[in-house]
Amino acid sequence: MAECSFGLIGKGYVILASDSTAARSIVKMKENEDKIKALGPNLIMATGGEPGDTIQFAEYVERNLRLYHIRHNHTLRPSSAAAWIRRTLADSLRSRNPYSVNLILGGYDHTTSTPNLYWIDYLGTMVDIPFAAHGYGAYFALSTLDRFHDPEATLEEGLETLKKCIREVEKRLIVSLGKFKVKIIDRNGMREIEL
Amino acid sequence: MNTFVSRFAPSSSVIPNSRGILADEEEEFSDLTWGSHAGFGNLGTKGIPTFEVPHLADPSAFLRMHTDDYADPNCRIKIQHGTTTLAFRFKGGIIVAVDSRATAGSYIASGTVKKVIEINPYLLGTMAGGAADCQYWETYLGIQCRLHELRNRERISVAAASKYLSNLVYSYKGMGLSMGTMICGWDKTGPALFYVDSDGTRLKGDIFSVGSGSTYAYGVLDQGYHWDLTDGEAQELGRRSIYAAGHRDAYSGNTINLYHVKEEGWDFIGNYDVTKMHYDGPGNVLGATGGGYGYEIRAAGRSASDADAIDTSA
Repeated sequence: MAECSFGLIGKGYVILASDSTAARSIVKMKENEDKIKALGPNLIMATGGEPGDTIQFAEYVERNLRLYHIRHNHTLRPSSAAAWIRRTLADSLRSRNPYSVNLILGGYDHTTSTPNLYWIDYLGTMVDIPFAAHGYGAYFALSTLDRFHDPEATLEEGLETLKKCIREVEKRLIVSLGKFKVKIIDRNGMREIEL
Repeated sequence: MNTFVSRFAPSSSVIPNSRGILADEEEEFSDLTWGSHAGFGNLGTKGIPTFEVPHLADPSAFLRMHTDDYADPNCRIKIQHGTTTLAFRFKGGIIVAVDSRATAGSYIASGTVKKVIEINPYLLGTMAGGAADCQYWETYLGIQCRLHELRNRERISVAAASKYLSNLVYSYKGMGLSMGTMICGWDKTGPALFYVDSDGTRLKGDIFSVGSGSTYAYGVLDQGYHWDLTDGEAQELGRRSIYAAGHRDAYSGNTINLYHVKEEGWDFIGNYDVTKMHYDGPGNVLGATGGGYGYEIRAAGRSASDADAIDTSA
């Protein structure tokens, strides 16, 4: 559970950030694991939870959204994709072996020119919010975001707010989460940046 | 008669501070009370007091059996646990801010608890964990500090006072004491801040926050803190940090109590309703930047949509 991801919206963009350590027991197995999956040209998803489940579920979602794209010649809007993902998790929870996966979903909706952010947990809870956090980071950073987040922030200001959150977690959480991978989605698509 | 009435009326319209209280108390007691214990029983005269304990092989296990809410939610005695308290040192002294909620399990037992204990005119203690433990032992600490003063013709240092408390709680280690406290004051060395808890930990530092809401308070405090804060900025930071915890932590909230420790002693700055802070802010007080602290209030009418941007570019 020493995993942590953040998401926040700004003027015309969504930023997703996730730690990049893969751990097993007390051992750090990898320190550059990409936990933010591109689900399409305008949609990305940060995953966390049970190792194995996370990747399996992310790829399952990605293939299904790709199938939708091929069949209908257009992608699913972020709100629809989020609803489908939530429902998939909710159905999974009620199966013999449910996925234990927590997600933050970020997308840019071209039809409304609006960035969207969804917080989804393994129980199938979904909320549409301006900023989100999963893992222990939530205990430290949600108050920081309450205080400093601005939906009309420029990308530079948004990244500065994100840095505040990461700095706070690095300062106060006893375990070190290593480097954070940061991806941005806006009207031009997805790109990764170095913080 | 007038003196009788004025004695029991709220002392005056001035904001209470440590100096006022000291003056009142010194006038109130006649010489006849010299040598009495003024309502503190045997406290402070016979060394560390001793208590009756249950006649069992392991009294502290017995206590835990009836008070450990985590292991047994049906336990009969629930002890106040959830809290947010903070204190930080800066250029202008020390800011102490606390919430006022007392919970017993999931029940809000009170919303008007005084979690800052005024040990004496230049020492403050904060209360997290067992309310009774903190209140009792910090009052006791106050008595010992006064005795130190009388014996040595010198005020006790904050370091010594906090060490006294930490040695005291350490002597009770394993017997069920529960307290996480910050001892704040101004002595020869300037403003001093110590964290003392019932494990026996004692830490000197610049920033501390204790209680279930402490992570949320840290989230605002750390990011807004620097040594050269003005008095107003520091007081506002204390208020906002406790507000953040009151907003996010279910076991913290109701009201904020704010104190400022200066060279002349502590000042009580004010009591602020957390809900009012959310919607309206503290109003026209020192350091206030105007408007409610709440995210929904602050971000009202602001949109992340960049629909207006495309019309110009396309």
